[in-house]
Amino acid sequence: MSRQLALVIDLNVCVGCHACVTSCKSWNDQGSAGPLTDLNVYGKDPSGTFFNRVLTYEAGVYPDTETVHFPKSCLHCEDPPCVPVCPTGASYKRPEDGLVLVDYDKCIGCKYCAWACPYGVRELDPREKVIKKCTLCVDRIGDASLPESERKPACVMACPTHARLFGDIHDPSSEVSVAIRESGGYALMPEWETRPANHYLPKRPVR
Amino acid sequence: MRPAFSIIFLTTLIGAGQGLFVAVYGIDLGARLGWVGPVPASFHVRACALSAAFLVAGLLASFFHLGRPSRGWRAIAMWRTSWLSREVIVLPLFTASVGIQAWTCAYFPGASGWTGLVALALCAALFLCTGMIYACLRFLQEWHTPLTVLNFVLLGLASGFTLAAAYAALAWQLLAAPLAAAALGLTLVACMLRAAILARNAALKQKSTTQSATGLTQQRVVQKSQGMTGGSFGTREFFHGRSAGFLRWAKWVFLAFAFAIPLLMVAAGLAAGRSGWFIPAFVAQYIGLLAERWFFLAQATHPQNLYYQAVS
Repeated sequence: MSRQLALVIDLNVCVGCHACVTSCKSWNDQGSAGPLTDLNVYGKDPSGTFFNRVLTYEAGVYPDTETVHFPKSCLHCEDPPCVPVCPTGASYKRPEDGLVLVDYDKCIGCKYCAWACPYGVRELDPREKVIKKCTLCVDRIGDASLPESERKPACVMACPTHARLFGDIHDPSSEVSVAIRESGGYALMPEWETRPANHYLPKRPVR
Repeated sequence: MRPAFSIIFLTTLIGAGQGLFVAVYGIDLGARLGWVGPVPASFHVRACALSAAFLVAGLLASFFHLGRPSRGWRAIAMWRTSWLSREVIVLPLFTASVGIQAWTCAYFPGASGWTGLVALALCAALFLCTGMIYACLRFLQEWHTPLTVLNFVLLGLASGFTLAAAYAALAWQLLAAPLAAAALGLTLVACMLRAAILARNAALKQKSTTQSATGLTQQRVVQKSQGMTGGSFGTREFFHGRSAGFLRWAKWVFLAFAFAIPLLMVAAGLAAGRSGWFIPAFVAQYIGLLAERWFFLAQATHPQNLYYQAVS
């Protein structure tokens, strides 16, 4: 069975530090996916292209509220809605490892794939004028010059609380498959049947 | 969604061009069947040229929607899966077929019934592709219905026939009234469909919720921070940026200009025998179509907006 690489994000230990956001931005800004354009950086209304963002939600009603920090990046869906709509074939899913990627040389910047993604993880870079998104650090995971323990996405390496796990969800013995199975990992917006590869581990009481 | 004027002009211009072609081809068939008196070839040639002009203008407008227009030719690659790719193939083919129809009407009038049939098939395919680009996106619930495709067809035909009546008022007065009568009927049917779509969309319940978007199961889940204070592609592209009141106002503007005003002007023109009134009727209807397309694009609620709710 083919591999499906994915992230598992443990909401139980994410503290919302944004280390994954900054490490992703830093790695990809200089790497093969870059540059990730920022506009008006020192001005009144800055904006920029990011692959990964951490949102914060409050769940429940006082006094039973909890704050949940929620990192979101491309979920590398097993049935990606962004792939069939692309007219040029720039948006594609790699069969060997399940990564959903963008070929920047083919992309015409029509934004149709961004419309087709319910999670809003695809962004049109304002200077490059092509769609960019999380690549699961494809340039890191395949880089033989890195020690094997570092052939992981930058965000996984940077997370101080080990809230981000990386592996093959089609391999039942992988760290990510075990985490999903044992901690009730779930997919986002299951109603749209996109079968995201990235899973989230729910908050659970620590005993 | 944030309406892009490049798309608004593209779809309204090609819709009118397609409707005009159908009207003129209808006249061609009507003349062969004896329903309509003989029509000079120049009427057909110039009408097809006008239709082609609208189609080319729409195609040019569409390039402004692309980040990398010089690579636009690549868009024909994924016709097996992408409605946009199919449209990019069919639009130039249909435009060429309209050009061929103009040439056939001028030099081989006997064959125009057949060349027109090929063009008509391409016209229908283009309506389908244009509508399906929007209708196939299942999480944009306002768009995900066959009525979306039907709306593109009816608005294209209605505006095209009004354009044909306006053109006939200038080129061959005898045809102005029958074309205007057809435009009246089509505008009426298009209005009823559009009202039905408005009612359907008003009753829509969004399938995605903050709970399904995050997997948090509490009854109350509220975003406190979207993770940034600046804007991003996600905060710009998927929201029209206007107030709810503006959207309601836009709805009444398009209902008035795309339907009510042209209906009145065409009816008045028919009643008074003043075919010249069909020209401002088309202008008003086209303005209404611009507003309708803006509203159509603005009304769609994208589930990704659940992730961009609050800044703190």
